[in-house]
Amino acid sequence: MSPAVQISSATLAFGQRTLWSGLDLSVERGEFVAVLGPNGSGKTSLLKVLLGLQHLSRGTVRINSDQPVGYIPQQRAMAEALTLRGVDLVGLGLDGHRWGAGLRGLARRRRRVAAAVSAVGAESYARQPVGKLSGGEQQRLRVAQALVGDPDVLLCDEPLLSLDIAHQHAVSELIDARRRAAGTAVLFVTHEINPILPYVDRVLYLVDGRFRIGPPGEVMTSETLSELYRTRVEVVRVGGQIHVAGARSAVCEDEPHHLDERVS
Amino acid sequence: MDKFFDFGLTAQLLQLSFVQTALIAAAVLGLVAGVLGPLIVTRRMSFAVHGTAELAFTGAAGALLLGVGVEFGALAGAVIAALLLGLLGGRESDRDSVIGAILSFGLGLGVLFLWFYPGRAANKFGILVGQIVSIETTNLIVLVIAALVVLAVVACIYRPLLFASVDPHVAAARGVPARALSVVFAVLVGVATALGVQIVGALLVVSMMVTPAAAAARLTASPWKVTVLAVVFAEIAALGGIVLSLAPGAPVSAFVTTIAFTIYLVCRLVAHLRDRAARVTADSPAAAPAAS
Repeated sequence: MSPAVQISSATLAFGQRTLWSGLDLSVERGEFVAVLGPNGSGKTSLLKVLLGLQHLSRGTVRINSDQPVGYIPQQRAMAEALTLRGVDLVGLGLDGHRWGAGLRGLARRRRRVAAAVSAVGAESYARQPVGKLSGGEQQRLRVAQALVGDPDVLLCDEPLLSLDIAHQHAVSELIDARRRAAGTAVLFVTHEINPILPYVDRVLYLVDGRFRIGPPGEVMTSETLSELYRTRVEVVRVGGQIHVAGARSAVCEDEPHHLDERVS
Repeated sequence: MDKFFDFGLTAQLLQLSFVQTALIAAAVLGLVAGVLGPLIVTRRMSFAVHGTAELAFTGAAGALLLGVGVEFGALAGAVIAALLLGLLGGRESDRDSVIGAILSFGLGLGVLFLWFYPGRAANKFGILVGQIVSIETTNLIVLVIAALVVLAVVACIYRPLLFASVDPHVAAARGVPARALSVVFAVLVGVATALGVQIVGALLVVSMMVTPAAAAARLTASPWKVTVLAVVFAEIAALGGIVLSLAPGAPVSAFVTTIAFTIYLVCRLVAHLRDRAARVTADSPAAAPAAS
């Protein structure tokens, strides 16, 4: 079976600046790939390429699926007065991109939305205004919104950001359960690998146009990361977690990217 | 003051054909305003509606001066305004000031046109605060056609427009053409605003386009229910305003805006009481163990 996502000799450059070049990455069905790297390394741009919002400078990208790609953004504050309930948010993930008012097939739509909502355990608050829900509740609904269309590929852009640890675990588990049950390929952009470490099959680590792909155990080592960052970096494993210590400014990224800021 | 409650006179006036024409026009406007309103509120376009209405006034004043139909002038002014706002005010940080700049210039130009206009003062006053008795059968046909076009376009773009309005990041990721949709929507709002200018006047269009939807948004978070409620509120304000204005012969807009604002206050009050009741219910399980 062909891989769900196939990126071949891909290069992305903005003017003189090359974000990455010669990138080859195949993501198999049911595989969980984490995309890591400092700010400006082109993690979010990679997602935009996969979403079709950004053209490659060279190379090809293929998504082998008839279904639209699922997408989970980072949690953002929503206006409290926004006239939108959880079920409406999830429903937009199903058919919000289609033309028309969507008056046909309402019963079937309602069933699919209800199934997606119950799959993430959000029944108790799905009919409340989304703006009044907590960040964790909103992100659960985001998972449902991304999965309601039964995507073969799920793209996640820092979905755990600004969530507390309990909700980070809950949301990661939902994504992991889904890819195991339905064979969804997951590409997960994050600046913090630990919440998803138990689920990650492979890591794509991007630094300054250089990158490394492999299982976390191979990529997340002092040797590999020192090579990527071209400076001494220590990787320490503590209680099943991975901590990266080094030139702080280069390794730790405090501010994640926003997809929208580069769009406009 | 007695005239305010002269129901006999009101009933008598309702028989007149120009009053019936006005009621049909108001009902059509109420429907369009109610459908567009929730999206206007979600997209934070109240000020844009006001700015568009001022340009509709400029267009109407220009048409009055040239001796062309006021409705066409208003339509042209509002659509030009909508396109300008759509093209110049793409970035949210700019939008507010772009509207302010265009609005004030348009208003000034309109005042100049009116100063040149040699005709009756009532016509001048009418395009600012509305003058529904002047709507003729030909105007009505233009109004109905314009309204049908607006509703048809909304029906076509409703879902992606809602998506881009309430959830812009995911909508962008799904390939919804947000920029194009926002220009199209601005033009639709422009057309609807031009219709409103003929009934409530340029200064008070916001009371039809925004207030009913803002009131409805207090009561429910469901996009569909908000739209239905906004239509109902807009119809009550528009039709009720005309009927109440008949006996005293006062300007329609005073009644339309008062009814719309009253509905808004009532909705706020209802929402406040409901939220308080919900808080009390939510608190009680926590309080129960302490009591036992």
